[in-house]
Amino acid sequence: MFGVGFVLALALAIFSIGAFGVLTRRDPLVMFISIEMMFNAANLALVDLSNYLKLVQGHALVFFVIAVAAAEVAVGLGIIIAIFRTEKDVNVDHLSELKG
Amino acid sequence: MSPLYVVLFLPLIGAVINRLFGARLGKRASAGLACAAVLTAFAFAVSAFLGLSALAPAARSVVTPVYGFLTVGSFKIGFDLLLDPLSAVMICVVTGIGSLIHIYSVAYMEEEDDAEYARFFAYINFFVFSMLTLVLAANFMVIFTGWELVGVSSYLLIGYYRGKTSAADAGKKAFIVNRVGDLGFLLGIFIIMGVFGSLDFGVVLPHAALLGAGSGLATATALLLFMGAMGKSAQGPLYVWLPDAMEGPTPVSALIHAATMVTAGVFLVARCHAIFELSPTAMGVVAWIGGLTALYAATIAMVQADIKRVLAYSTVSQLGYMVMGVGLGAYTAGFFHLLTHAFFKALLFLGAGSVMHALHGELDMHKMGGLRKKMPITHITFVIGACCLAGVPLTSGFFSKDEILYMAIAGPHASLCLWVVGYLGACCTAFYSGRLVFQIFYGKPRDHHAYDHAHESAWPMALPLVVLAVGSLAVGLLGLPKFASSWQPFSDWLAPVFADVKTAPEADGGSLVYWLMLLYTATVAFLGWLSYQWFAKENPKPTALAARWNGLYRLLWNKYYVDEFYQLVFVRAFLGYSRWLWRWVDQGIIDGAVNAVGGFAQHLGALLRERVQNGQTRQYAAFLMAGVCLLLGLVFIYGGGR
Repeated sequence: MFGVGFVLALALAIFSIGAFGVLTRRDPLVMFISIEMMFNAANLALVDLSNYLKLVQGHALVFFVIAVAAAEVAVGLGIIIAIFRTEKDVNVDHLSELKG
Repeated sequence: MSPLYVVLFLPLIGAVINRLFGARLGKRASAGLACAAVLTAFAFAVSAFLGLSALAPAARSVVTPVYGFLTVGSFKIGFDLLLDPLSAVMICVVTGIGSLIHIYSVAYMEEEDDAEYARFFAYINFFVFSMLTLVLAANFMVIFTGWELVGVSSYLLIGYYRGKTSAADAGKKAFIVNRVGDLGFLLGIFIIMGVFGSLDFGVVLPHAALLGAGSGLATATALLLFMGAMGKSAQGPLYVWLPDAMEGPTPVSALIHAATMVTAGVFLVARCHAIFELSPTAMGVVAWIGGLTALYAATIAMVQADIKRVLAYSTVSQLGYMVMGVGLGAYTAGFFHLLTHAFFKALLFLGAGSVMHALHGELDMHKMGGLRKKMPITHITFVIGACCLAGVPLTSGFFSKDEILYMAIAGPHASLCLWVVGYLGACCTAFYSGRLVFQIFYGKPRDHHAYDHAHESAWPMALPLVVLAVGSLAVGLLGLPKFASSWQPFSDWLAPVFADVKTAPEADGGSLVYWLMLLYTATVAFLGWLSYQWFAKENPKPTALAARWNGLYRLLWNKYYVDEFYQLVFVRAFLGYSRWLWRWVDQGIIDGAVNAVGGFAQHLGALLRERVQNGQTRQYAAFLMAGVCLLLGLVFIYGGGR
């Protein structure tokens, strides 16, 4: 339906939006969402190229990425909640106690 | 198994056991162990000596390999022992006099506590082992090893009283001054290795002519070897350590710094005479340094008040005679003086130790006097020793010293000037020997408190004195002058070793020897009488003379200011140089460079911590992103390694 170049361009766009979001937003939850976008942009590129090259490895890898991302979200959200409980604030620019 | 193994290693075993377990053994056991080790070694040394004498004279040179010391390609150095007439005499002297001094020390060191007592015996046993290594060496490597080992044991024993700063300093001085000589010795060994490709005496010495007779190379080699000898035998400019070495316990002074170790230099020259014979220049230097040292040290000995110091300078002086003897090509005469000196100087030191012991450590002769009634054995034996030292006719010292002086006129490298120097030294010797005896044992007591507490020493101290006194007298019979006796055991015994030395054309009749002996006898008699007049009575004569010749007296009293001179020229200059190195080179350049590198890293780190590691998560993410972009860009530009 869509050519391989189109899907790759879409993945690039999603990845760039995600990266921009991570760099510019201060709310950790939104940064998290942005990171998820970058993950999925990468997944999209994997699926697209697997399809194009008629290989199955890319499809398989996507499942691993999804699984790891799910675990990462669980840990990350846990950390954010813990920070919120102690600091009553989740603005990343204010959190620099561990700078060393 | 060769008896040499026992001779050599028994004292080492004794030393190791005493050092490791001595403190727990108790005095009796550790002294017994040490004495037994040396006495057994002596017995085996005598058996080795007899075994050697059973061989035909030409075959009296037996090499016993112990193990391969070093193998580099085809170049091999073995830890080999050489038993020949020269080393056979030396092992008997070292273990024999060593045994007597061990026995003496049993009583002398009595006041030390158990651990210190065992330490003393461990060190002195170790010294005997080291000295035996030196004299039994069959190549330059082993002789150098022994050379250094005796240096270490000498250092340990000089600094034996480790609570005393002066003792520790004296030990360091001895070691450092000896290093100067060792440097020359080592360089000489390098030349030999370069020229001959071997260090074995059996290879080098018979072919010594390869160096070229009279060549500069032969002179350099001989003089470098002699530099080592000067250090160990306290000759020429390197004598300064020996008088200070008297800081050690008296038996140590007797064994190491009078009878055995200090003769190593004479032994080395005699051993390597084939090299020295190649260079008349080197022989002349050796003889003159010996002669001048003999005179120079004897003049200092005339005025010193410390009994051990007088004996120390006397040792330097007598070593000068030995060196002069070997430098004159009179190896047998020089070596004979070594043998007789070993007996009578050990005797004198032990006698001095006995006096010190009786007077609770008093060393100043001005406070002694009249001790002959209190200490009859010490008195008689000391008188015998002093007679030998002075060269009273028919004592051993008379024969040996007279032979050296005779060789100065009639020997292969005769020099009348040198004879005059040697004769003047002998005059001084006769004078200070008389002074020693009369000031200590005759006249009236000068310090009544010390005199009242004086007592004769215990038998372990008295016995060695008696044995050495008898030995001092008897050993002279081994080398009677040629005109007096056709029985010449000592020179016949050493003849195979010195077979290659050209001897003097036999002197024209005995008349010269005869007149020299007469002159010498008259001199000794006169100076003995003079010293009796001056020192045995309560006569202010020496004091008056000292006042009259104050400048000369002070010069001698201060030992010609040599120590001060060395202090100024070498020690101070070296300290200044070292301080400069420390301040500017070490602290300035080396430390500066190191600190600058460290400081740079530290400042850079601090800067990065301020600016980069600031806790801003989004900034970290930006760096991460930038890094990824950079890497991807590089992959794009350079094609990803494909």
